[in-house]
Order: sequence, then structure tokens, then C-alpha cells
Amino acid sequence: MFEGVPIHWFLVLSTLMFFIGIYGFLVRKNLITMLMSIELILNSVCINFVAFNKILYPGHLEGMFFTLFIIAVAAAEASVAIAIIINIYRRLVNIDVEKMDEMKY
Amino acid sequence: MSFLLLFIVIPVLTVIGIFFSRTHMQVKWTAVVGMSCQLIMAGLLIYFFLAARAAGNTAEILFSQDMVWYKNLNIHFFIGVDGVSVAMIGLTSIVIFAGIFASWDVTDLPREFFTSLILLSAGVFGFFISLDLFTLFLFYEIAVIPMYLLIGIWGSGPRHYSAMKLTLMLMGGSALIMLGLLGLYFNSAPNGGPLTFNLIQISKVAIPMPAQRFFFPFLFVGFGVLGALFPFHTWSPDGHASAPTAVSMLHAGVLMKLGGYGCYRVAVFLLPGAAHEMAWIFLILTTIGVIYGAFGAIWQKDLKYINAYSSVSHCALVLFAVLMMNQTAMNGAIMQMISHGIMTALFFALIGMIYGRTHTRYINEMGGLMKVMPFLGVAYVIGGLASLGLPGFSGFVAEMTIFVGSFQHNDVFHRVCTIIAASSIVVTAVYILRVVGILLMGKIRNPEFNHIIDAKWFDRISVVTLILGITAIGMAPLWLSDMINNGLVPVMQRILLAGPIIH
Amino acid sequence: MIDFSYTIWILLIPLIVFVVTGLTGNRFKPIVTGIIGTAGLGVVFLLSVITAYKFFFVLDKVGGAFQRLLAFNHTWLHLTDKLHIDIGVLLDPISVMMLIVISTVSFMVHIYSLGYMKGEKGFARFFSILSLFSFSMLGLVIATNIFQMYIFWELVGVSSFLLIGFYYEKDSAVAASKKAFIVTRFADLGFLIGILLLSYTTGTFDFITLTGPNSPAFTSGQGIMFLGMSTMTWSMLFVFMGGAGKSAMFPLHIWLPDAMEGPTPVSALIHAATMVVAGVYLVARMFPIFHHEQSALEIVAWVGGFTSLFAAVIACTQYDIKRVLAYSTMSQIGYMMLALGVSGYGGEDGLGYMASMFHLFTHAFFKALLFLGAGAIIHAVHSNYMNEMGGLRKYLPITHATFLIACLAISGIPPFAGFFSKDEILVAAFHHNKALFAMEYLVAGMTAFYMFRLYFNVFWGQEQHYHHTPHEAPVTMTIPLIILAIGSTFAGFIPFTKLVTSDSLPFESHTEWGIAIPSILIALAGIGIATMLYMKKSDTSKKIATALGGFYTAAYGKFYIDQVYLFITKKILFNYVSRPVAWFDRHIVDGTMNQFAYVTNVVSDRIKGFQSGQLQQYALVFISGVIALALLFIYLWTN
Repeated sequence: MFEGVPIHWFLVLSTLMFFIGIYGFLVRKNLITMLMSIELILNSVCINFVAFNKILYPGHLEGMFFTLFIIAVAAAEASVAIAIIINIYRRLVNIDVEKMDEMKY
Repeated sequence: MSFLLLFIVIPVLTVIGIFFSRTHMQVKWTAVVGMSCQLIMAGLLIYFFLAARAAGNTAEILFSQDMVWYKNLNIHFFIGVDGVSVAMIGLTSIVIFAGIFASWDVTDLPREFFTSLILLSAGVFGFFISLDLFTLFLFYEIAVIPMYLLIGIWGSGPRHYSAMKLTLMLMGGSALIMLGLLGLYFNSAPNGGPLTFNLIQISKVAIPMPAQRFFFPFLFVGFGVLGALFPFHTWSPDGHASAPTAVSMLHAGVLMKLGGYGCYRVAVFLLPGAAHEMAWIFLILTTIGVIYGAFGAIWQKDLKYINAYSSVSHCALVLFAVLMMNQTAMNGAIMQMISHGIMTALFFALIGMIYGRTHTRYINEMGGLMKVMPFLGVAYVIGGLASLGLPGFSGFVAEMTIFVGSFQHNDVFHRVCTIIAASSIVVTAVYILRVVGILLMGKIRNPEFNHIIDAKWFDRISVVTLILGITAIGMAPLWLSDMINNGLVPVMQRILLAGPIIH
Repeated sequence: MIDFSYTIWILLIPLIVFVVTGLTGNRFKPIVTGIIGTAGLGVVFLLSVITAYKFFFVLDKVGGAFQRLLAFNHTWLHLTDKLHIDIGVLLDPISVMMLIVISTVSFMVHIYSLGYMKGEKGFARFFSILSLFSFSMLGLVIATNIFQMYIFWELVGVSSFLLIGFYYEKDSAVAASKKAFIVTRFADLGFLIGILLLSYTTGTFDFITLTGPNSPAFTSGQGIMFLGMSTMTWSMLFVFMGGAGKSAMFPLHIWLPDAMEGPTPVSALIHAATMVVAGVYLVARMFPIFHHEQSALEIVAWVGGFTSLFAAVIACTQYDIKRVLAYSTMSQIGYMMLALGVSGYGGEDGLGYMASMFHLFTHAFFKALLFLGAGAIIHAVHSNYMNEMGGLRKYLPITHATFLIACLAISGIPPFAGFFSKDEILVAAFHHNKALFAMEYLVAGMTAFYMFRLYFNVFWGQEQHYHHTPHEAPVTMTIPLIILAIGSTFAGFIPFTKLVTSDSLPFESHTEWGIAIPSILIALAGIGIATMLYMKKSDTSKKIATALGGFYTAAYGKFYIDQVYLFITKKILFNYVSRPVAWFDRHIVDGTMNQFAYVTNVVSDRIKGFQSGQLQQYALVFISGVIALALLFIYLWTN
């Protein structure tokens, strides 16, 4: 299906997604958006895994499994994160990350 | 089992006893019983020690016991005493005994207070009987740490500041000591063989000179911080001023002696070559310290500050004498430690009692107290006279031994330093008489002081014990001096081997 | 051989009395303490007399000289292998003579005080400290070695301190006691340094070795010179400094006049008869060494001579009767020092030495008598100032008679005791140094003048208005006066040349009338002037004072030595040494330590800012770090 696509296309895509995710994580103040940024980062990693697996070890499936693991963990993590965010919202009526600086010195 | 172990076991048992006591009175009486045992033990120790010596036992260390503690690093639990440590144990037991009675009034958390106090004394006893550098250091730390709590919780004035300052400066000293001890450890077997912390073994080997030169300052300054070596003495005035009575007593009376004892027992004894080379630097510092402390005391207005500066001056004299490195001066140094220990404990006890009655420590606010509290007044005069070196009290014996001993040094520089240090006796007289004059004599300035009650029974026990100590040594110093001399012999041998022969 | 070991009890009895009365002072009635103290001293007095009798008249002489006996010796403290401090009893002519002086005067003063101090609040304390003083002073004179002397030297200093400050609620008494202690302490520092130098060079403290014919002090310590004088000379000068402090020699004399704040019996005992002559005794004790170091001895002579003149001048201007007596004491001690200073050693050359001891002996009697008489006067009129007195001879007949005897004795009128001893001093001075001799002639005249100025002002002159009629002192006070008056009259006939001489060998002496007669005439002239000026109320003395102008004012102000000292101590030592030291300690030494803490604090404050609680900041740092590391590794790998 992707026979003709060169590896660097995937790599460029994942790199772009990764840095978009990093940018979003660093810049957006909304916790939900930050969570979405993390998903972007994770997904960029997933793409790398799949792409390298396909090209370097065509007969193996470890990269695919890893991707599945990541998706599963990301789902679990997202649910925990959203639970935390909801709790934070209940306490602060706000999900702005800059307001949450209780854990300093 | 060596019965020396009891010196550590009894305080621990006392602490356990205090833990299970219910009322104030029980706590106090448990402490009294424990520390009386300690005092009796110290008396017995002196008796047994002298008896053993009289019976011809010439071993360097008596009543020793050696147990392996941590085999891999060759750390032992090695205890034993010689004449010097016996004398120091005697001092400690007297001061802690008097200290318990002097803190009879503590009502805040008495259980915790007495626990810390006795724990501290356990550390001090452990320090004096340890002959393994590792356990020595361990007990040193045990003695220093409770000080923070005692000052920080039960102190007065800027107690947090003082407690912090004191602890940090002493910890700084500890860090240097630690380095020095490690240096000794790794050089303890220059000809191969297992490394050791054993003080006696190390004293038998010749540590290479480069290592001596490098580590001597660490050890001397490290212990010197606790011994109020100028210019590392400033924890002392603040610390003493903020500490509760018994803690000041113990601290100035005993804890500062750990410094002097450490300088003598570890720095000079184990590194004699470097001590010879570098003595002049520290000699200048201590000579300054003697005069400087005395002049500093003249200007102070707070009784505790006066006494703290006076301690700086007297303790500098201890280090001064240790650095002279001849037997007489060293003997004087040990006697000065004992004499100053009891004397300053007496002073701090009296200051605490006066403060408890007048609620001020500023001499300008007091006056004519002799009339309303003759017992404490007379005791203060006795303490003052002892402090300025009046014959008949221990201070004279110690100072004269130091001065005569130091003056026997062949080197003119040392003799000039001796004369400078000796001139402190005049300055001491000035500040002591100034305080006595303002505080006790003249007319009563504050009419409220007319209703002051003189010493209660527990005050009297504390004061009388200490006064008996200074007069006993002052009247008949020969036995003490001989006992100390006995312990100094191996030390002197090593020093003489290492350096130019001193007259 | 006679056993003298009992003499240690001379020392122990007062000590025991002191300890017992000191500890039980408040339990008994005060009078009990007084009686215990007096009885103790009585026993000491008896023992001293017995000892003196045995020593001088029973004990065999060796080669015609009195022996020097170690009656008792016990090691008190070992210092080095050579040096050790002993406590013991050394009996030789001067120490036995001093035993007599001290125990007699002390006993008299004890009896006197029973009456004088009656009803005082600190009666028990007074007697207790008086015993301490007697103990210390006796220990000082029988010292076997210089360090024992130093020990007791300090102890007499402290008993003097305690007794001067007896009225501790009076500020002036407290100040005077402090001053006395600190000034003598300063001098004692010199003494200590002298001892250190001496023991370092000779390797012994022992008097018998030090002052014996083969003393190590004659040979050692000569090599090294400092400021043109040998070590031994310096050590003698430092020792003399100690003696000068205790004996109130110029310029260390300032404490003595103020010491009169103490009760009068104390002034009589300590500050007239015994403690203040300790310096003279010290020089006499070390005399062979002093004699060997002539330059030191010369200084002793000049200090003594100058002090005697200086004090006599001041004494002529003072009004406080006790102060007049104090300056007179200084002047007389100056005589004794001078006599030692001009003395040679051995046989008739040692005339000055003998004269000095002789004068010390007689002076103790008449000066104690003068002070006790002054005490009786003060007791009667409750004032110290002679211009508030007058015409007392009617009210105080016994005091008057005894006081007159003492005045004649101190003025050097034969046959009273002072004449003989003073005459010997003048003879010794004449043969040694004419300038000093002339000075002492002048002082002799002035002595007569100021003593009779005092006498006439108090007992003659215009009768003042008193609060109540003055009455004669009780019998406990008059008996000592009478006994001492007898002593002052007849002590001069004791053949001192046969008993106390520099080398313990007796020699013949003869009064040199060529010197004695002019000195009597000068004394009579002094008395005559005093009679003219003060026997009747007249303004002449005031006119003379005005005529003298500035000199009179300066003498009245004691030549402002006190002010100089005050300036040095209060202004310079306190303000320019002590205060800067205290400041330096707080701000520089402690400041440095605090700066360390401060810097640590600031740094940690900066560092803790990194932990801001801002999630994104952490992430940024983290990611920057990762990127930086990645770049670093790439760089490393590519090279």
C-alpha cells in the first residue's frame, strides 16, 4: 500500500507532529489542549515505530505491537488525566495551567 | 566487659526511665538518680585509676575494651581511659550533676528537655572514653546535635538564630574534622597492612609529613571551632546568651572542652610533625584570642555575653598551652579545661539563677544584689575570684602551670607570646571586678529587687557542688596534676620524637 | 636542734578560723565570731613570740650567723622536673621579725575591732576576712620559695580588696576596692613576669638556693642584654614592680589613699603596718640578687626616695586625717625602699638593709598606733576631716597621749622608736648617695611638720561644734592603743644590728651624732612651724598656701596622677581598645560569619526560583536540556 513512499516522508510527518505537540504543550494554557498536545507527541512516536518496523524489519511485528501498547496506555492516561483535570476544575473552577502553581518551593 | 561502658549505658537507661516517668517530679528525680550514679561512677573511676597506677599498672590505657563494629572498614568500638580522660570524665560528671539541679525550674516539656540534656552528656562521656576515631566522631556528633534542640526550643532571646548559628558553625567544624579523620585513616598504614581508626595504633606509626601538613589544619581548626579558636568563636556569645541555664553550663563547661581535648588528643598527638611546623600560626591566633576575649568582655553589658567572652579568653589559653607542646604547658591546658569547665558552669548557673529572679541580664539594670541574695552574691564573688586566677581556686593552678610551662620554651617568640597571654590576668580582673561592683555592690537600683528570695535548696546543691570542685582542685592540685602528667607521658614521647627537642 | 615544725600552725590557725567563721558566720551571734577570731590570733601571737625567742636566743648559730631553717616544706604542685611549688615555713631573721610584727599588730587590731566594729552589720564577715588576711600575710612572710610568696601575695591582695570594699553599699568604697585590686594586680603581672624570667634562667623558685652564697642567679641570665640591661636585672626590675605595686611606690601608689575607704582598723593593719610593707620585705628577701644587680638596686633607691618626697608634699596639704596618714605611710615606705636601695651586702655595708628592716619594725608600731588613734577620733566625732575637729584633747585623753607619742616617734625625736631607725637610714644614705641623703633630710622635716599639723588641728586649735559630746573610746580600743604606744616608745632600743642583718651576722653600730643631731633639729623645726601655724587658730597657713599658688593646688590635687590613670583606663583602654574590640567582634568577625550565611541564603533563594510550580516552565527546561544534550551527542559522535 505504501510501497512507493520513502521513509523520510514519515519521518518529516512525525517530526512535525512531535514539535507541534511540544509547541502546544509549552504554549497553550488550557489543560485539555495540553493533553491533546501530548496525544500528538505520542502519535508522532507511533508513526515512527510503524514506519521503521515496516522498512527495517518487514517480517516482524514488534513495532506494530508497541504502537498498540502506546495507544492503549495513552487511552488510559487520557482518562486519568481528564479525571484529574475535572477534579482541578471542581476545585479551582478553572483549568488554566498557570494558576496551578501550588507545588512550588 | 569494661565498666567504662556504664558511662554510656547509664545515661541511656536514664533516658528510658525519663520516657516512662509520668510527672515532672518523676522526670527530675530520675535524672538526678541517673546523674548521681554517673557522679559516683566518676569518683570510683578516679579511685580505681589511681589505685591501678599505684599498684604499678603502667599500661598506656586502662580499663580498655575492644570490639569489632564494622569489619570491612576495620571500625572498632574501642574504649579505655588514661589520666587525661579520667580527669575530663570527672569534670563532665560534676557539671552535668550540677546542671540537673540548675534546671530544676524547667516547666516546658521537662521530659524532652532532660532527655536531650542527658543524651548530650552521653555523647560527651562517649567522646572522652573513645579511642577509635570513628566512634569518637560519632559521639562528638551525638553531643553537638541535641544542642540545637535545647537552644532552639528552651532558649531565650533570638534563640532560633543562635541555635542555627551555633549548629552550623559546629557542623562546619565537624566537616573539617571528618576530612581530617579520613586523612588519618587513609594514612594509618603507610607501610602496608590494614587501615585503622584506632587512635593508639595510629599513634605508633609515623604518618608521612605531606599528609600531616595537609590534614593538621583541618583537624586543628575543626576541633578549634568548638574550642572557640579565634576567629571562629562567634557562635559562643550568641549561643550561650540564648541557651537555657543548664545548657550554657554544659556547653561552656564541657562541650567546648571537646574541642580542646580533640586538638590535644587527635590533632597534636597524631600529627606531631605538622604541629611543630604550624604551631606558630595558631599560637598567634590563640594569643590574640586570649587578649581579645578579655577586652571584648569589658565592654559587654549582658552577663551571659561577659561570661561567653571570658570563656573565649580562657579557652584560647587552653589551645595556646596545647600548642606549646611541652609537658608542663599541656598539663596546664588540661587543668585549665577542667578548671574553666567547673568555673564557667558555676557562672552560668549563677547567671541563670539571677536572671530567674530579676528577669534581666543587663548589669546596668541591677545593683546591690549582695544585700538581698547573699548566698548567690558570695558564690558569684567566689566564681569571679576563681576566674581571675586567685590562689586557692583551680584557675590559679591551671594558669600558673600554663605560664610557667610555656615560659620554659627555648624559643623567644613563644616566651613573648606567654608574656602577652599572661597580661590577660589584669584585664580579667578588670571585667570581673566591674561586674561584681555593678551587679552586687552599691545600692539596690530597682525597688522590686527588695523582694528577691535567695537561693533555694536545689540552687544551693548546684552551686555548692561546683564551688567544692574548684576549691578542691585549687587547694590540693598535686593529685590531679600527677594524674594528668601520667597520661601525658606517651603523648610527650611522640611529640618529642617528631620534633625538635623542647626544653 | 630545735624542732620548729609546729610553726605551720601559725599558718593553719587563721585559715581554720577563716573557714569556720566564714561558713558559720550567720549562725552565731556576731560577737562569737569576733572572739573566735581574736582568740585564734592570740594563739598565733603567742606562737610567734615563742618562735622568735627560740630562734634568736636558743637556736645555735652557725659561724656566728643566724640559721635559715626550713621548718616545714611540702610540695604543692610539680611544674617541670626542676620547678615545683612548695608550701612551707622558712625561718630566718627577717621572716621571724615579720611574724612578730604581723601577729602583734593583727592581734591588737583584732582586739580594737571588737570595740570599733561593734554593732556594724557585717561584724562576722569583718572578722572572718581579717583572719583570711592574717593567714595570707603570715604565709607571705614565711614563704620558702618565690612562688609561695606569689600565691600569698595574691591572697593578701584579695583580702585587702574585700576589706576595702567592706561597706559595699557605698559607691566610693566599691570603687576604691576595685582600684586597689586592679592596680596591684597590674603590678603583680610584673611580679609574675619577674618570677617567670627568674625561674627560667635559674631553674628554681627556692629562696634558700636563690639567695644563698652560690646562687644560680649570680651566674646565669647575664649574657643576653635587652635595652642595656641583663635578663637578671630585668627580672629583678619586674619583681620590684610587684613590690612597688603592693607598697604603693610612685607611680603605682594611687590605690593606697583611696583604700582608706575601708574600716579604720583595716587601714591600720593592712594599709599601714603589714601588707604595704610586703614590697619592702620582697626586696629584702631577694636582696642578695638585687645587690648583685646594682642597676636594679639603684632604681629601687630612687623610686623609694622620690616616693617619700612626693608623698610627704601631698601629705602636707590634705585634710582627711586618714589620707594624711596614708601619704605618710607611702613616704615612710619610701624611706625603707631607699634604705634597701643604698645598702651594701654583709657586715656594716649592710647597714641600709638593717635600717630598712628596723624602720619597718618600728613603723609598724607607730603607724598602726596612729591609725588606731585616728579610728578612735573618727569614732568620737564621726568625721574624717581635720578642719571639722579641734580641741579634742580634753575629751580623748588616752587617745591624745598615745597619738602624741606616735607623732613624736614618726618625727624622729629621741628616745622614741622612729628616731633610731630613721637615723640609721640617714646614715646609710649619707654614705651612699648625697643627693638622696639631702632629700631625706627634707622629708624628715616635712614628716614632722605634717604630723604635727594633724596633731594640732585635731587636739588643739578651736573647738568645733559637735553633734554630741565626743567621748573616749571603750576599753577594747584603748588597750591596744596603750600597748602600741609602749611599743612605739621602746622598740627603738631593740639591738637590731645584732638580730636582723643582711648576712645574718651581727655587727656593731653606733649613732653618728653628726647626722643625728641635724636631723633632730630639722624635725624640731618642722614641729615648730606646725606649732606656730596650727596650735592657735590663725590665717597664716592659708596665706602660705595662697602664696604657693599652683604648687599648692597641684599637691592638694595629688599631682593629678589619678586623673592621668583615669584618662588612660577610662578614655583610652575602654574607649579605644575595648569598645573597638567589641565592635570588631560583632561587625567584622561575626559579620563575616553572618555574610557567609547571607550569601548561602541568597544563592539558595535564586536556586529555589527554578521550582516555580509552572508546569510549562519545567517542560521547557526539560526539553531544552534534551535538545542540548542531543546536539552535544551528535556533535561528539560526528567528530
